[in-house]
Amino acid sequence: MGAPMRDDLVVARGIAVAYGGKRRLGGERVGAVTVLHDVDIRVGRGETVGIVGESGSGKTTLGRALLRLIDIDAGAIVFDGRDITGLPESQMRPLRRRMQMIFQDPMTSLNPRRTVRRILVEPLLFHRVARDGADAERRVRQFFDRVAMPAACLDRTPHELSGGQRQRVGIARAALLEPDFVLADEIVSGLDVSTQAQALSLLKTLTHDLGLAMAFISHDLSVIRAICDRVYVMQGGRVVEEGRCEDVFAAPRSRYTQLLIDAIPLPEIDPGWLDRDVAPEIE
Amino acid sequence: MNDPILSVRNLSIASGLEDRAPILRRVSLDLAPGEALGLVGESGAGKSTLAKALLGVLPRTVHITEGEILFDGHDLGRLARREARAIFGDAIALIPQDPTTALNPGRRIEAQLTDGLRLRRGIGSSEARARALSLLGEVRISDPERALRAYPHQLSGGMRQRILIAAAFALEPKIIVADEPTTALDATVQKQILRLIRRMREAHRTAIIFVTHDFGVVAQICDRIALLFAGAVIECGPTAEVLAAPKHPYTRALIAAAPRYDRPNAGLAPVPESVVAQLRIEVAADHGRPDAG
Amino acid sequence: MTEASASVPIASARSGVAARRLRALLAEPKVTIGGGFVLFLITVALLAPWVAPKSPLDQDLMLASLPPRGLAGAESGYYLGTDDLGRDVLSRLIYGSRIALIVAFIAASLAAVAGTALGLLAGWYRGWVDAAISRLVEVWMAFPPVLLSILLVAVLGAGVGSVIAAIAIIDWTRFCRVVRAETMGQAQADYVTAARAIGFPPFRILTREILPNVAPALAALVSLEMGIAVIVEAILSFVGLSVSSDTPTWGGMIAEGRQFIHQSWWVFAAPLAALFATVLALNQLGDGLRRALDPVLRR
Repeated sequence: MGAPMRDDLVVARGIAVAYGGKRRLGGERVGAVTVLHDVDIRVGRGETVGIVGESGSGKTTLGRALLRLIDIDAGAIVFDGRDITGLPESQMRPLRRRMQMIFQDPMTSLNPRRTVRRILVEPLLFHRVARDGADAERRVRQFFDRVAMPAACLDRTPHELSGGQRQRVGIARAALLEPDFVLADEIVSGLDVSTQAQALSLLKTLTHDLGLAMAFISHDLSVIRAICDRVYVMQGGRVVEEGRCEDVFAAPRSRYTQLLIDAIPLPEIDPGWLDRDVAPEIE
Repeated sequence: MNDPILSVRNLSIASGLEDRAPILRRVSLDLAPGEALGLVGESGAGKSTLAKALLGVLPRTVHITEGEILFDGHDLGRLARREARAIFGDAIALIPQDPTTALNPGRRIEAQLTDGLRLRRGIGSSEARARALSLLGEVRISDPERALRAYPHQLSGGMRQRILIAAAFALEPKIIVADEPTTALDATVQKQILRLIRRMREAHRTAIIFVTHDFGVVAQICDRIALLFAGAVIECGPTAEVLAAPKHPYTRALIAAAPRYDRPNAGLAPVPESVVAQLRIEVAADHGRPDAG
Repeated sequence: MTEASASVPIASARSGVAARRLRALLAEPKVTIGGGFVLFLITVALLAPWVAPKSPLDQDLMLASLPPRGLAGAESGYYLGTDDLGRDVLSRLIYGSRIALIVAFIAASLAAVAGTALGLLAGWYRGWVDAAISRLVEVWMAFPPVLLSILLVAVLGAGVGSVIAAIAIIDWTRFCRVVRAETMGQAQADYVTAARAIGFPPFRILTREILPNVAPALAALVSLEMGIAVIVEAILSFVGLSVSSDTPTWGGMIAEGRQFIHQSWWVFAAPLAALFATVLALNQLGDGLRRALDPVLRR
């Protein structure tokens, strides 16, 4: 991976995460399932990095590990030059403003009993990003204008909004805190193509305008291509390939990456596609 | 088209609730024997409703207000119960979207796979079992005996989808309706399943209606495409033509809105509001619909 | 870390959502019927001195054991008749509702507060905190409740306060288990992860994020608990362990009326009917609240 560069915001080395198993008296763990093996990943300031893999690849776990939302069993995470690997939660909390997350399903990630206004304003007041309620309201409305959301949505609860609007609220919640780093976990999966395009375009503009670094998790290589600068390809809890998007997609070095690329049907007639390089069918 | 196997003529379906909202507007489509027709559209376009009408599982809250669905001399919208039971699930079968929920978690695979054979063809259980084993072989499941004994949760998503495909083809239907059968699967698994569907289709000479939102999938599997919006058919024609030279601006915009791994700037342009607005006006006025078939 | 005070916009938005929630509540028939009866009862209890036709304590042996209005031998003014000491049954019933409601509300609230607090902690922190609290609940629940309440009241001395304490001390476990289970379920939800990602401390997440989502189950449980409290109070006053014998209680009335059940059945039947109706109303209210408040069920 090379020495960390000065403009790296997030640097993680040797990340290992395991679930389950029992702890023996000696402190060792037995029977645990390892979800991440020795993963190295870095995200530069202002850079959008894709993390792609199929189900079970460990990409979601990696994302949450980077944000220290789950415990890691080995490795180190450095955020803006500071080692946050073993940081107690009380010291992590003030730091969290700078590392935010956007979730896949806004229905479950927005508190159903809250109005949109409260969902967006409270974090701003909590972290003192806004001076007071009026300032917070102003910021929220400004953001809504920017993403073409009607201000009337502020008084609604999440299930009273459309899918695309809910997704924009999720993005707003993260962006309004003016973080340095955002983790986007499968945020456009399940959206209509047109709504997805809107969300991706918004994300691209936003990360550019705010200078955000982003880790974008997806199972969809095409989506990754649309907005990411670099990509990490994961399989079975390991990184099997990493590099700039144009390089990886044009000339993948890993056979697995090639397999993933080949699995995507393009909207063009390609008679040989179905027979090309398919994984062994027998299950 | 000579003698389509299925002919939808001016089918209109509306909600039975107070608003009488139209769900399908004068949809006309023809399906040739052995042909693969892709039903494409965004969510809410009406593709599921059309699929359900073909399978006889329209919810009670909606009604057919106009038109007919002609199959084998019957109008599928107005069938008597006995005829309905003979056709739906038999001559017309379903490959469902979600392999997790489509199988009964409390019954072994053998039971679920042989149900149709035993109940509808009156085949005895040992012969049904033999047929089931052969079907599992066709869908390339490596240990069919083990699969038959298993419960759904013991199998992977891809395996379950293969079993559902086997079940769909079990009664040698004339038409299969595949309702987004690969949406819930990983891309690599999707490719295998698509390949399997193509092979089964060719072997059994079954026509297939493939519901999907993915133009890429349609391009690889379907002979013709019908694009729906707000319950109306916007464009319909051979796949190669529609993809290479779409006639309607909505079709063009929708194809362009999808991201592509070979183009760094694709997938960032939603369908323009103006195109959608224009389309809504067209649909409401019910003109400008190209002929299907 | 204290937060800046919220300004007007938040308050007005809250009232918009509150208004809609209220409307949804009132649309549920169980809430209006059950709640209506409970409200009626509360009103009657509060206005007892003005609503009751006679004093509940006045004895008049000349008018003993009069039947209720409509039956032969009834006297005007004594709508539900009188008991063997000539006291007006209706008035005693009305005053008895005061005790029933006071015990119901206070005991249920205390049990709810204690049980919810421990349930939230157990459900959030898991580990040894959960282990300790769960063992406590298990041991506690092993005691036979009615026996324990009688024991407690006997130890603490008779009186409303003891009855309330006894019910709260025994029944907090019910709330603890439900809240613990709900908390564990909600803690897995993405919106809680989102709250952690924002950096909210656990206390805030528990009270401001999780608790409101536990509220529907809690509301139903509180109503149920009030029904139970009414019954337990009746049992305790039936055996004479509740308030002093001067103040009328429904349980006490049932105890007294039991002796004359053949001659003057109304003395026994009236408080029993009142008990039944009250508990039924509270249960219906609880069920209706749960359905009206649960956003998932509502859709």
